[in-house]
Amino acid sequence: MYIYDQYDQKLVDERVEQYRDQTQRYLDGKISEEEFLPLRLQNGLYVQRLAPMLRVAVPYGLMSSTQVRKMAEISRKFDKGYVHFTTRQNIQLNWPLLAEVPDILAELASVQMHAIQTSGNCIRNTTTDQFAGVAADEIEDPRPWCEIIRQWSTIHPEFAFLPRKFKIAVCGSEEDRAAFLLHDIGLQLVKNEQGETGFHVYVGGGLGRTPVIASSIKPFLPKQHLLSYLDAVLRVYNRYGNRNNKYKARIKILVKAWTPEVFAERVETEWAQILARDVDGVTQLTDNEIERVKTFFPLPDYQSVDDAAINGALQAQAAESLAFSRWLERNVRDQKQPGYAAVTLSLKPAGVAPGDVTDRQLESIANLADQFSNGELRTTHNQNIVIADVIKSQLFEFWQLAKADGLATPTIGTINDMICCPGGDYCSLANAKSIPVAEAIQRKFEDLDYVYDLGDLELNISGCMNACGHHHIGHIGILGVDKKGAEWYQIQLGGSANKSAALAKVLGPSLSRDDVVDGIEKLLDVYVENRLEGEAFLATYQRIGADKFKERVYAKDA
Amino acid sequence: MQKMLSHGAVAEDSWTVLQQPVEAIPAGDILVPLIYWLEHRAELSAQAGQVGVWLDSDEEVEALVNDLGELPLIALNFPKFVDGRSFSSARLLRDRYDYQGDIRAIGNVIQDQLYMLQRCGFTQFSLAPEVDLQAAAKSLSDFSDGYQTAADQAQPLFKRLR
Repeated sequence: MYIYDQYDQKLVDERVEQYRDQTQRYLDGKISEEEFLPLRLQNGLYVQRLAPMLRVAVPYGLMSSTQVRKMAEISRKFDKGYVHFTTRQNIQLNWPLLAEVPDILAELASVQMHAIQTSGNCIRNTTTDQFAGVAADEIEDPRPWCEIIRQWSTIHPEFAFLPRKFKIAVCGSEEDRAAFLLHDIGLQLVKNEQGETGFHVYVGGGLGRTPVIASSIKPFLPKQHLLSYLDAVLRVYNRYGNRNNKYKARIKILVKAWTPEVFAERVETEWAQILARDVDGVTQLTDNEIERVKTFFPLPDYQSVDDAAINGALQAQAAESLAFSRWLERNVRDQKQPGYAAVTLSLKPAGVAPGDVTDRQLESIANLADQFSNGELRTTHNQNIVIADVIKSQLFEFWQLAKADGLATPTIGTINDMICCPGGDYCSLANAKSIPVAEAIQRKFEDLDYVYDLGDLELNISGCMNACGHHHIGHIGILGVDKKGAEWYQIQLGGSANKSAALAKVLGPSLSRDDVVDGIEKLLDVYVENRLEGEAFLATYQRIGADKFKERVYAKDA
Repeated sequence: MQKMLSHGAVAEDSWTVLQQPVEAIPAGDILVPLIYWLEHRAELSAQAGQVGVWLDSDEEVEALVNDLGELPLIALNFPKFVDGRSFSSARLLRDRYDYQGDIRAIGNVIQDQLYMLQRCGFTQFSLAPEVDLQAAAKSLSDFSDGYQTAADQAQPLFKRLR
């Protein structure tokens, strides 16, 4: 993974000292509440319902075991001994003290971590595929590009006070595992006819109150022009994005108002002017720099192995243990390198808020990464953790250790692997709680045979329309709404975050908390009754439409 | 006389910022609103004092491109400090239109923006009257270097140092 040099380190250290001074001036009454707000947000600090929340950046989801151990230590020293993994691959501390945040940031800086721009109206953490580097369908490893974007966006002098937050995702593979079409800028790595790398640029995607799928504005951006083109997009947005109404301030609203074609033209004009002034090519990325960053993402030295023999041995182990075979089926994924697998550690056991992990579990995760991989791991936008490059012959041992630490719940990709925001238990924006709904669903569907029979199913829960739980792109989406002070839940169906991204449609009137789980069960019944052989929930929904689901859920009891 | 930060130091501010509608022109150095400048340019050149122009955050610097050579000072307003449009305006004045005079941040500008404002090409800062300018000036050097090209740095860090 990327290792800081003296310049990266100095910048992060200076940021800690800047924020320490800002915090002190705030506590001394020299900075008003209003002025301190964006300063603390751009250092990751929210003030929530019960306590502040600190969001730590995990650039494109990549962490070292050293960093994970540091998070465990921080959670013990400054918090309540657990952390939360978010849908944007970051980590949140739920109970830090405002006055101690500078010390936490200093601890983070000591392991090359930070919380810069994890909130606020600025360029946020760039996200990507958790299987980067090992996915069989990869066109090019997106992580070096994410790091190049991270550096460009960090303390960018022109774009720290945008109309609204700004999120960039990079997709390097055929299948989209980064939900890149639901970002302010989605970059898809592509090759042109000459085999040169470039980006297909999409803008104006996003969830939130007005979910929109991004529009293509440039089918092939040569790689060396990445940063000048991003500057052009951001400048057009910074100058012309809506600043009067925060609900109309995201770039998607501007793109829609102008139309994607006009927006593309405006960017093209701005970009042409930047290039026209840049006769020496100063703004261009050099091959040198691209190669320098790429060297930080080497593939391990894979041993050549007898894949067939290993698979045979694995099958024998699976035949002995139903639990292991279930885990193999749901939580383990083949890599493009034969003999190696990428393992997903589940952060979704029933009874725990999805994405929450204790300090001890963090240390176990770090140990697993050290023992079975190269000391690195990836956080996922589904709020799990992936450890790649595990030699398949060691999977059984891996599983036993992961299971002992509660990290091997074999439900990845099923209904029980739901995405869930912190909801009304923590968040001051929420209209309704989401964690208890997730738990009630997990409790209801404890029968793993039934869960497996349901197959691939994405269920996403948000506690309010800001959509941190990505309910618009769940096959089943649940949205918490407030009805006269009571918590109700709207059901949406048919969302999808893959290449053929789709936004879910509202099924009907919202359900009370007591009726949600029952409603979900009815949806699943309709699916099971109507599916064709091997057909997943989403495909059945797309084939038969919403009516049958609707009739069942809202049928009056006879 | 009001104080401000100019080129990193506390300085006297000799300029009067005129609001629209401009009724009377005071003696001395004046900053006039863009609209007033566009309409009264000829008569303003007869002024004894210096004349500069200020733009609000929703006004485009492109309107001034033919006048830049005669303006010693352009001020960019921040109606709210979180309105970041003037950051782009300053960069355009410097990077695209080669403006050589002073660019001043006026309005609701805060100490914690100084480093980034300076990088975008601002040279002067009118902070709120109660601000200790000497102390605030320290924020101009919150960071010793940045990754990006900007008005103060023609080469990105990776080309200079890596």
